[in-house]
Amino acid sequence: MNSPEQQSGSNSPRAESETQPRPARTPPNRRVDHRAAARQFLDSPVHAESHDTRVWALRQRRDRTAGAVPEWEELRETASQIKNHALTHLDQYLEQFADTAAASGIHVHWAADAAEHNRIVHEIFERHGVQKVIKSKSMLMEECGFRTYMDRAGYDMIETDLGERIQQLDEEDPSHVVVPAVHKMRSDVSRVFSKTLDADAANDDAHYLTETQRQATRPLILDADAGMTGANFAIAETGSFVVCTNEGNADLSANVPDLHVASIGIEKVIPRVADLGVFIRLLSRSALGSPITQYTSHFRAPKSGGEMHVVLVDNGRSERLGSDKFWSALKCIRCGACMNTCPVFRRSGGLSYGATYTGPLGLILDPSIDARRYSNLPFASTLNGSCTNVCPVKINIHEQIFEWRRILVQDQQVPWIKRSSLAAAGRVLSSPKTFRAAIRTTQSALYYLPDWAIYNRLNSWGKERDMPTIPGEGTFHDWYRNNRMHDRNTNKDTD
Amino acid sequence: MPDQPNPEGSQNARVGSRIGLFIPCFIDAFYPEVGIATLHLLERLGCPVDYPFDQTCCSQPMVNAGGHAESAATQQLFVDNFSDYEVIVAPSGSCVHQVRDNLTAIEQTPAVQHVRNNTYELVEYLHDVLKIDAFPWAHFPYRVGYHDSCNTLRNLGHGKPSELNGTDFSKPRALLEKVAGIKLVTPERPDECCGFGGTFSVTEPEVSSRMGRDKVADHQRAGADYIVSADSSCLMHQAGCASRSGIPMRFLHIAQILNGSVP
Repeated sequence: MNSPEQQSGSNSPRAESETQPRPARTPPNRRVDHRAAARQFLDSPVHAESHDTRVWALRQRRDRTAGAVPEWEELRETASQIKNHALTHLDQYLEQFADTAAASGIHVHWAADAAEHNRIVHEIFERHGVQKVIKSKSMLMEECGFRTYMDRAGYDMIETDLGERIQQLDEEDPSHVVVPAVHKMRSDVSRVFSKTLDADAANDDAHYLTETQRQATRPLILDADAGMTGANFAIAETGSFVVCTNEGNADLSANVPDLHVASIGIEKVIPRVADLGVFIRLLSRSALGSPITQYTSHFRAPKSGGEMHVVLVDNGRSERLGSDKFWSALKCIRCGACMNTCPVFRRSGGLSYGATYTGPLGLILDPSIDARRYSNLPFASTLNGSCTNVCPVKINIHEQIFEWRRILVQDQQVPWIKRSSLAAAGRVLSSPKTFRAAIRTTQSALYYLPDWAIYNRLNSWGKERDMPTIPGEGTFHDWYRNNRMHDRNTNKDTD
Repeated sequence: MPDQPNPEGSQNARVGSRIGLFIPCFIDAFYPEVGIATLHLLERLGCPVDYPFDQTCCSQPMVNAGGHAESAATQQLFVDNFSDYEVIVAPSGSCVHQVRDNLTAIEQTPAVQHVRNNTYELVEYLHDVLKIDAFPWAHFPYRVGYHDSCNTLRNLGHGKPSELNGTDFSKPRALLEKVAGIKLVTPERPDECCGFGGTFSVTEPEVSSRMGRDKVADHQRAGADYIVSADSSCLMHQAGCASRSGIPMRFLHIAQILNGSVP
């Protein structure tokens, strides 16, 4: 799904002299350093300002279209309950979906993890002698590292979503689940296309760039041996699945070649067609503030003479379903509203998360993929709770971020220095006497006092902010002793 | 959360309840005038108020950073200081949220539950319990941008957050509107987080400061002379950002205005 605004693009800004900030890739076995990447992003002021403005505009449009639906909060509650029901009866609905789909002539496969998914699709392609593949946007395929896997196996994989295609040509991950290239300005896109599509480097007109990509990609689509899509919803009742896009690229991917393979996470299943309307009303309003995506395509059987495969992928989902605190993250419909509203995401850019899933959603999904590697992410949040309020399926995102912090500290996934200073703060704050001594000076107070001073030294606070000063007349505690305890003691004496 | 306390159902909160005043550690150290204004205001409204002398902190610094076991002794000290009071009142939304919703590192004895169920943030206490309809002693002839801290807005329910559909309301604005001379102004992003976020302010100082500068600049464009809030921690952060980037903005806790302790 891509923003119509991004396609027309005439308002999209340029940054002539500022190159796009690119965070360094985190080596294996290292923690992703969100702070360093965010700092780098903010050091590119044109990109940073534009990103905040554009992504905030999506949130504002969401507010306007959601505000025009009087039963909006009831819709959210209904969607949440449908997902709760579907997920707590997942085995039954998955089997119903698989049986019904098979009865319509769809080949259904089950993949326990990313490796199995990649192998299954690879085998299908080998059987059919496929070389050239077109695909539409799929977060699940990103999660499985599927394109990299197929690239290594010697296949030509072509992204057909405009934003994804830009990111593919630039050899960069998507930065947002809905608008994958939203961190780029049109001058950045112009640079990418002039290098890869032979576009005129001096022309960064959005219409020109879009048309250039279209002309370059259309022949690849017509020439493809197989098409891949994801799915936004899989309907148990009908054995059909639904893909929502704004570019129609999923329809091209699915319909032009004779072979269509859809990769679907097992959490995507909903019971009935009647449930679908609830989600369709919420999805694009939450994502982009438009009432519905341009295309809402239903797939229920292979075309005549063609073949259709569905790969149902677990990849950690069953395990999450068994988790008391985190199972409800499986309700996510990937609308990206939590990213659009997140003040940290808007100011740090999606690439700063160094992970498939970015923003608030990433903070609660990524640590279960690799707790140590992503252990900094749940701390890249102010816990402001706005993400929870915009979530169309009512996932308690900020409470899960809070819970991840507890688990990461408890399981010793955060650095020792941080854990030891938590213990030190706990000792100071649980002893009135030590505490009183600690807050005698600004320096010691800022070190020992709340949240902001737990393990960082003063320069963290003071780098871009001035420090408060200890008032000359002393603390409230001193004031109370001098002005009230005296009275109380005097009264006691005279009693 | 099934074990969520429900202060609105509390039997203790009424006019005349004996209040244990909780002055959070950073207000104690940096903003004693906020503590004094809170005490004076409650007293002039007829409340009997004590200040338990051995209090330190609500334990949020550790819990916010994931350290629950490390917070247990501080939580116990808090309960020991306050469990004898009918109600506990504090001029800080984030600390009240901590006590009410996250005081969970210790055994949930009746004393702990009593404290969690009867701790109020000052604005709630004035608006919901005492139902104050006038502050005749207060006069504040300035343009005020009110800062809804995320904890008061989204965790304590001070008002309707901009993300939700429904009827607009705001308890702190309802109180401020009773102050003579005041003019409330609204920034473009009325309830975007200011970037303090507790431990976030030092784990991500660049993003945090950027958010703080953006917040102050938004109020400045709206014409505010003062930014006023029920959370001094947000204000301390915003004041630090404003002064470093040369934005001439003044900051006050809502207690100072309602008490009439400022010009």
